[in-house]
Formats: sequence, structure tokens, C-alpha cells
Amino acid sequence: MSTTQSLTGQTTDRPTGENLLEVRGLQKHFPIRQGIIFQRQIGAVHAVDGIDFSVGPGESLGLVGESGCGKSTTGRLITRLLEPTGGSVVFDGEDITHQPPARMREARRNLQMIFQDPYSSLNPRHTVGTIIETPMRLNGINPPQGHKKRAQELLETVGLNPEHYNRYPNEFSGGQRQRIGIARSLALRPKLIVADEPVSALDVSIQAQVVNLLQDLQREFGIAFVFIAHDLAVVRHFSERVAVMYLGKIVEVADRESLYTRPRHPYTHALLSAVPEADPDAVERRERIRLAGDVPSPIDPPSGCRFRTRCWKAQDKCATEEPPLARAEGSPSGHLTACHFPEEPTLAREEDIVLDPALGQGLPIET
Amino acid sequence: MSVQTSPQPADVTPAPAPFLDVRDLRVHFPTEDGLVKSVDGVSFTLEKGRTLGIVGESGSGKSVTSLALLGLHKGTRAQVSGEIWLEGKELVALPETEMRALRGRTVSMIFQDPLSALHPFFTVGAQIAEAYRVHHKVSKKEARDRAVEMLKRVGIPQPERRVRDYPHQFSGGMRQRAMIAMSLVCDPALLIADEPTTALDVTVQAQILDLIRDLQEEFGSAVVIITHDLGVVSDIADDILVMYGGRRIEYGTTRDVLKQPQHPYTWGLLQSMPHLTGDVGERLDPIPGTPPSLINLPAGCAFHPRCAYKGWVHEGRCTVDRPELRPVSGTGRHIAACHLTDEAKHEIRDGVRKGA
Repeated sequence: MSTTQSLTGQTTDRPTGENLLEVRGLQKHFPIRQGIIFQRQIGAVHAVDGIDFSVGPGESLGLVGESGCGKSTTGRLITRLLEPTGGSVVFDGEDITHQPPARMREARRNLQMIFQDPYSSLNPRHTVGTIIETPMRLNGINPPQGHKKRAQELLETVGLNPEHYNRYPNEFSGGQRQRIGIARSLALRPKLIVADEPVSALDVSIQAQVVNLLQDLQREFGIAFVFIAHDLAVVRHFSERVAVMYLGKIVEVADRESLYTRPRHPYTHALLSAVPEADPDAVERRERIRLAGDVPSPIDPPSGCRFRTRCWKAQDKCATEEPPLARAEGSPSGHLTACHFPEEPTLAREEDIVLDPALGQGLPIET
Repeated sequence: MSVQTSPQPADVTPAPAPFLDVRDLRVHFPTEDGLVKSVDGVSFTLEKGRTLGIVGESGSGKSVTSLALLGLHKGTRAQVSGEIWLEGKELVALPETEMRALRGRTVSMIFQDPLSALHPFFTVGAQIAEAYRVHHKVSKKEARDRAVEMLKRVGIPQPERRVRDYPHQFSGGMRQRAMIAMSLVCDPALLIADEPTTALDVTVQAQILDLIRDLQEEFGSAVVIITHDLGVVSDIADDILVMYGGRRIEYGTTRDVLKQPQHPYTWGLLQSMPHLTGDVGERLDPIPGTPPSLINLPAGCAFHPRCAYKGWVHEGRCTVDRPELRPVSGTGRHIAACHLTDEAKHEIRDGVRKGA
């Protein structure tokens, strides 16, 4: 068993100083209140609880995790749609952690967001043209060719017909609406786009169209992405670096190659083994890990390592001491794992790990 | 009824009375805009102990098919025709009262969203016990015990305590387990699972799929699983039926369909999915366009407006002639509806592999 080893002053895999986005110790606690007239706080949902990462210019960072792990909250904290409880967000050399709304508007020129649900993120009473032009008008940007022409160019960029300028969102399918949302986020030529589950509401064949579009845009305009998704295969396809979140913490971050072939954190192993692959032969090749139960409540997260309640390697140390996100022995530099007892860097495993009490018991039940 | 799977080809020569035999099922909905042909001539068979995966995009008619199996279109404006033979009984013409006796006992269903399928006002235990008491003459106490037993079997911790909980006190994965417990409480012979894991996280999805498989082995039920995720069917199904525009376009064993897909739509589905292994520089190859409207299906092959290979078939047959399901040579019961000749398919598939 290898031990973790901290690299002094290095908490992410990217050197500091040249990053477009730097997030340090970011926290978001949502208060839980009780009482009718006098509301007092009785607890807090620890949605995001101290995470660090950075994104370089033109780079794409994937954030994966299951529901409730805080990945969407992280996206909203970066774009300051939510006010962080603690920590700092430095974007383009400027600390935007607690920037007032008026000054935030300037930062948002370079910091845009694509939302998950293309049905609720477009105003149904605005035409497509208005939706795409609004960011430009609000920021006082007057493109030389005029707003309308620019909006039509953007429609063309995202693969829609410029003649759709005067139509309303309800006239479009889900995939087309997502394209409208993408055109809107491109209107200000941002440096960073936070894409929060941009394809999970779409059909499989349409997903690929949108993923390809985002990839083309990233290459063409050199936009950096924070790509939030629960689908590990999509994230692998889109992001050079991937961070795995669990219950408000980053448990493992590495470049794509390293994370998907040599994961070290038990949770990453469990996640990868759970993804069903459309290949009948893949079933036999892969390790099989079946966790028990669900993710614990973020209101009262487990002490020490948060994954310990579902982990097959948990020991006393895991309950008392929180494992730091650091390079584990045997990992390449830039591959950080928050685990006291990291797994071997391979996806092969001799024996199945089945923690679910309902599986494989074969209890006979009489009717 | 034999529990063993039938080696007989399903469509080529009809096996002697299969457990479930759906023949030329059609479900049409009259609307103001026209007749929506949600399901238009679907046939399949299923034996006990086997799993059929129905795959398709939204609007391909897969959920409507599953509702028809349960007889849930009765009393609505839907026009259902065709035959559904289950254990020698025909379900399409069966009156609602008789259908009620079957529902839950012989055929039961796991719905996609357990939060809306469970009643928020009643405890989970009461709902499972009710499902049991409808079909069995037992006391409330016995039904309650049975509910506890089922909750325990599906892996709910502390079932004696949780049986008194309301659905909102359960997490998403536990609710789906409770749904499974409810659908299995009467030991049904046919279980229909409509996107049972779509609302769940991957680690929980893996647990639920394993659980369905375990329980199927134990109870020997036949399972129809409806999903858009080819990974899920690959994991759990023995046979795959691919639907497009309310019709079957490809049907065969899981291995045949996934390893030797014969329809350009199935190729498209497989190529548009990113994988966990392999080259990441490879671009995804999406299917252009969007699924068709079910009111005005394209003439000829419903897939032709999105098909990249219609040029391979001469004289524009794809736009005029609707392709019939043809057996794929060299396989047992793999059928596909496409005008492309086998040679053309080989050439295209080789080209795709080389180009990739």
C-alpha cells in the first residue's frame, strides 16, 4: 500500500500564475432555517466544501460526479450566480469572489454559461434574435455589422439557419434550443464558458451533434471550458483534464489519460466500473464494483474522508483524518488523489467487489 | 410453459406458443393535427427468463409499446390493433375488468420516475401491501409482512422501520428499489421496466440493473426493458429491438445487433456515443437531423432523410419503397429493415473502420 505524499505548495496539477481561472478553497453552504416568524438557522447543506482547481487559457476541465456532489453549484459559483461562502475565485487576474453585480457584469463578458435544460433557460416570450442580442446590448457592444447581422452570424456558427432570427424558442427542438443557448453564450466572445450538463437533456444522436459543435468552437475560438457532466464518457471525450467530485469535494484530478486508465481513488474506480458500455465483450474485461446505498446527505457529511461510508477499504484513519488532495506514490505529476489508501493504478481486478446487500444473495421468497 | 429459452428463430419460424407474442401491434392517437402513429406494426416474442431491450430515441414509440402491453391505453382515445398473446391469452381485446386481474399479478411495470409513480400520501409499505392485497386474500398483517420481506430483498436497510416511511423520505435509488419491490410483490411473469435507471446516478444504476438481473434469475420472469441507452441493454438484455418512427428497424440477439449492426440508424447510434476507452481524438459521428414527426412519417424508409447511405441504393428506392424486415444472412434470427445489399453494407462498414 502506498502512502500519499504532498508536493509543497502544489495543490493542483497546473503551475500557478498563468491560469485563466483559479479557484481556491471554494465553499458554498446553503443555510437550513426553521421557524415561522423568527427563522433560525438549524444547519447547512455543505454543497461545495473547499475545492481547488485551475483552468488554463483554451483548456477544458471536466467536472464529473453524481447528483448532489456539488458540481453544478461549483459552476454557478464560478459564474457568480451564487455567492460563495468561503474561498476565492480569481478569473483573468481579477478576484471576483465577492465582486458587486455592476462590476461582475464586466467579468461576465468573458465568462459565460450554457445551461442544462434548454427548455427553461430561454425566455419563451423573446425571439431568438432578442435572446442572442441581449448580452451584446447589455454590455454596450456594438459590432460593426450591427446587432442583427452579428446574431445571424452566430446562428450560422452554431448550425442554425439565420432566417430563424425572428422565431420563438417553442418552434425549436431540444437540440436546436441548446444551440441557441450556445449562440447566446458566444455572443460576447468569452474566454471561459461554464457548460453545466449541456447535453444530458438531449437524445443520443443529438448529443453527439452538440458535443462536436462545442469542440469545434473550442478549437476555433480558443475558449476555455469548465465542462460539468455526470456522463464519464462524454467528459472523457471533451476534456483534457478531469476532476471527480464526491459530496462537495474533489477526490481525484488528473489528465484524461491518467484518470481513465490509472485511477487511484476507490470512488473513481467504482464510477468507472459502473458505466455500462455498449459492447458485449467489455462486460467481461472490466472490474466490477457495486457500492451499497446512496450518497450520504450533504447536511451532515461523514467525518474524515467523505467516501469512507461506502468504501471497501475504509479504516479508522479514514474517519479521523481527512485525506489531502495530493500526488499518490506511483502517480504521474499532476495526478492528485485524496485518499489514505489509494488503489493500484490499473483497471484490472481479480475479484468483484459487491457491497450491496441485495445483490448475489439469492434469497428464496415464497409466495 | 418452458422456462428455458427457445433457440427457435423468432420471426422466421414461429416457435410453438411463446410466452409473450406481440404481433403487428399498432397504437394510433387521433389528434387535431392528424393521426399520430406512435407504434406502427411492431412484433416480437419473449420467453420466460429472458430479457428484451427496446431501444430508440424519444418519440420512437418504445414507451407507448410498453403501455400497450399493460393495457393502459384502454379507455383512452388511442386506437390499438394487432395482437398481444401472453400465456395463451390475447390482451388487446381483453376487457378492462379482466385486464385489471392480470395487471400487477401477471404483468407489472417499473416506471421511470419513482417519485411520481409512488403516491406521496401513503407510506411505502402501505403501497406495496395494497398491491399484494389486490391479488391475494390475505390479512393486512400478512401483507405488511410481505412488504417488509420485499423491501429487505431489494436491499433497503432496516426494512421493518422503513416500511412506515413515505416516499419523500427515501432517496432516488431507494425509491426505485421500492418500486421494484412493489412490482415484484405478486411474483409477475412479465416485468416491464420503462427507463428504470434514467433518473439515477451511474453507481446506483449499476446496483439497480444488477438487482433486476438477480431477481429475474430468482423469479424466472420475462423482462422487457425500455431505454435509450445502448450501454444499459448491452449490460442486461438478451435480445435487442431497435425502434425508429414507431416501427422496428432491427431486431436480434444483443451480440448480433451490437457487434454486427445492419441498419444505418443502429450504426449511427453506436458511432455517436463516446466511449470510456479508445482514441479520444476521434470525432463523434452524429446522426444528422432530428427524429421524424409521427404524423407525417417520411415516405419509403422513415430514416432516409437522415441516412448518409441512401445514395448506395439505386434509383432512390429509399424514398419510395418502405424496406421490409429481412433476415441477415449467416445469423439465427437477426433481422433488419434496410434496402442496402449485404455487399454494400460490408463495404461501408470497412470504410468506416478504415476512416476511423
